[in-house]
Amino acid sequence: MQNNFPNEGMSVIVKTITRFTVWLIFLYGLYIVIHGHLSPGGGFAGGVIIALSYVHLTLAYGKNFVLARVDKFAMHNLEALAGILIVLTGIIGLYVTGHFLANFMGIGELYTLISAGYIPMLNIFICVKVGMGLYLVFYYLASFKTQEG
Amino acid sequence: MILSQFIFVPLLAAFLIVLIARKKENIAAVIALAACAWILIVSFIAFFKLPAHGGMILNNTSGWRMPYTISLILDNLSSFMLIVVNLVSFLSAFYAMQYINHFTGKWNFFALFMLMVTGMNGVILTGDFFNLYVFMEISLISAYALVAFGTESEELEAAFKYALMGAITSTMILFGIGILYSYTSTLTMADVGLHLRSAGTPKMIFLVYGLFIAGFGLKTALVPFHAWLPDAHPSAPAPISAMLSGVLIKTLGVYALVRIFFNVFGAPTVVLQILMLLGTLSIVIGGFLSVVQWDFKRLLGFSSISQIGYVVIGFALGTPLGILGGILHLFYHSIFKSLLFLNSGAIEYATDTRDLRQLGGLSKEMKVTSATTMVGTLSIAGIPPFNGFFSKLIIIIACISAGQIVVGIIAALVSIVTLAYFLKVQKHAFFGKKGSAKVLEKVPFAMKTAMIILAALCLISSAIMIPSIRKNYLNPIVNTVMGRTSYIDKVEPYFDKGSVK
Amino acid sequence: MILYIMCFFLFLVGVYGTITKRDLIKIILGIGIMGYSVNLFLVLLAYRTGALAPILKKGFNVTMVDPIPQAMVLTSIVIELGITALMAALAIRIYQKYDTFDITKIRRLQG
Repeated sequence: MQNNFPNEGMSVIVKTITRFTVWLIFLYGLYIVIHGHLSPGGGFAGGVIIALSYVHLTLAYGKNFVLARVDKFAMHNLEALAGILIVLTGIIGLYVTGHFLANFMGIGELYTLISAGYIPMLNIFICVKVGMGLYLVFYYLASFKTQEG
Repeated sequence: MILSQFIFVPLLAAFLIVLIARKKENIAAVIALAACAWILIVSFIAFFKLPAHGGMILNNTSGWRMPYTISLILDNLSSFMLIVVNLVSFLSAFYAMQYINHFTGKWNFFALFMLMVTGMNGVILTGDFFNLYVFMEISLISAYALVAFGTESEELEAAFKYALMGAITSTMILFGIGILYSYTSTLTMADVGLHLRSAGTPKMIFLVYGLFIAGFGLKTALVPFHAWLPDAHPSAPAPISAMLSGVLIKTLGVYALVRIFFNVFGAPTVVLQILMLLGTLSIVIGGFLSVVQWDFKRLLGFSSISQIGYVVIGFALGTPLGILGGILHLFYHSIFKSLLFLNSGAIEYATDTRDLRQLGGLSKEMKVTSATTMVGTLSIAGIPPFNGFFSKLIIIIACISAGQIVVGIIAALVSIVTLAYFLKVQKHAFFGKKGSAKVLEKVPFAMKTAMIILAALCLISSAIMIPSIRKNYLNPIVNTVMGRTSYIDKVEPYFDKGSVK
Repeated sequence: MILYIMCFFLFLVGVYGTITKRDLIKIILGIGIMGYSVNLFLVLLAYRTGALAPILKKGFNVTMVDPIPQAMVLTSIVIELGITALMAALAIRIYQKYDTFDITKIRRLQG
């Protein structure tokens, strides 16, 4: 893609290294989310790491280059959709057992990846909501123009 | 099954508004009104079905057993507060449908409004200390954002001040919860009460009393902690001022204080004396400082500080008559103070100013607004057929019969001061010579309807004082607050006595 | 015991930062320090002598520390994040309107 603002952001060395580390950070965040029921972490911590990978890109390449390419509409929609899905999971639990947010999937055996009921599903929804939400906060704070009256 | 609806219906409405109503902005008001109406009907059903369940409905989240879970508990005090909160929320949302045309970003407003309603319903229903903290923070963060909604320079400053003070005291409350957890190793309110009753109270409990009174006292706007209120109320849009002063300071402040100090700790005498002193200071300082204000909403804000002092001394007396007076004044004040704030919003919508020195002679052009303001003024000053008379009379009689004669005399004298400053408002805003402000647009239909309904409620709600209705519906509430052990004894049969797996 | 007193001392450092500093950003940092001190206090409450972290692993059956305060700290960190983000956004808008971060000059409202 063409870089319309080649003199912004940090030096060439930082930009080259960023191209190697951004996807590593994103992958690490996904690992923490998916293994949330086996090791410390879970939805919130993984979501923060995924948002930080976007922030890393913004810091290295400059504000104008990244903010022109981010699809703000899709981020708002994804965030709201994840929130609705969390509440819907609770309502399905209410419908099946009579208590809000009750577990309605099988528990599975201990220490394996597909176990612990609905907790991995909720971890993924929380990760999407937190990641998009945190990056949108950073987006709006970074796009203020300080010379306004 | 009923109880979790109070939490997930407004939450679902908030997320749906963000998803759907960003392009077409008129759907936001429809979704918000539908959610508020549903919750209001469910709260009335819960209030009338409660005696059939023996006075307590309990619902465990996630189906776990009792002392290890977050439980939603409905008893008489909670169901009464739910009706108050949802009634004022529905009428404010109805008013806000057309008031918000003067601002941009309607979907922002309604989404944050729904989050505030979720937080308040959660605080009323919960039976767990840390859950109380979480729901309190949800509604407070929405309130901080809503106070700054107009984004003028003074509104941003007022919102920052409110956010700063609220954040300090929320940290203090979390500290107190931590200390309490270290003594009783449980977070459920009834279980903490059980442990403290059987094992005795340690000396550190006075630190917890101090942290909770400071923390919840700021949310109630008691006197040393009242400094955010006169700046936050004029800055917020009018339906949010009505919600802030009508229900938020009562739910997060007075209800939380009563639930924690009366039902869990058993009303220790030191705390009741401190609350009596702070309440009396609030009455005097709020009353005398509102006489000199020239901004209409700032005057109403100081008047709120004064009336909350009445509610707190009603509860701090500890006698059944005092608690009855406190509960009644809480209900009546939320109705007439919301009415007065909505009136001030109507004046601001029509003439674009709030300064009493510039208004004047509006009673010919704004007939509905001046009639409903007159009803509100007569209620708050305590004139007989309106509802404020009964609650203030009960509080003053309870003070004198409990032996606190000085407090009773102060309460009666400040009532006359209340009448004085509201007569000042009437003279400068409605009657008298025409001022420099002109009526630019007429008040639209939805705003007028909300004000008329609240004014009618001012008269109808004094019908609660008829003895047969009072015995059936209000005495159980007083008994729930008065008995130290009634809350704990009703929840304890649900505890699981066996060992954990 | 000495650790709990140090936690309370850190809380007082945060209160000092909030009350006496004149810059808006330093006030926000003071509130952050108060939040960290309360989180540290909650985690310290959970400690049991000679116990390990509360994670189940195959073949390990040892005493563990209390996991409930750790869940409370996780929730509290999320709430502190929300409050800090809101106050930072308000501080930037105040800078746009008033052109300064000094709180002695941001006084258009009285009392």
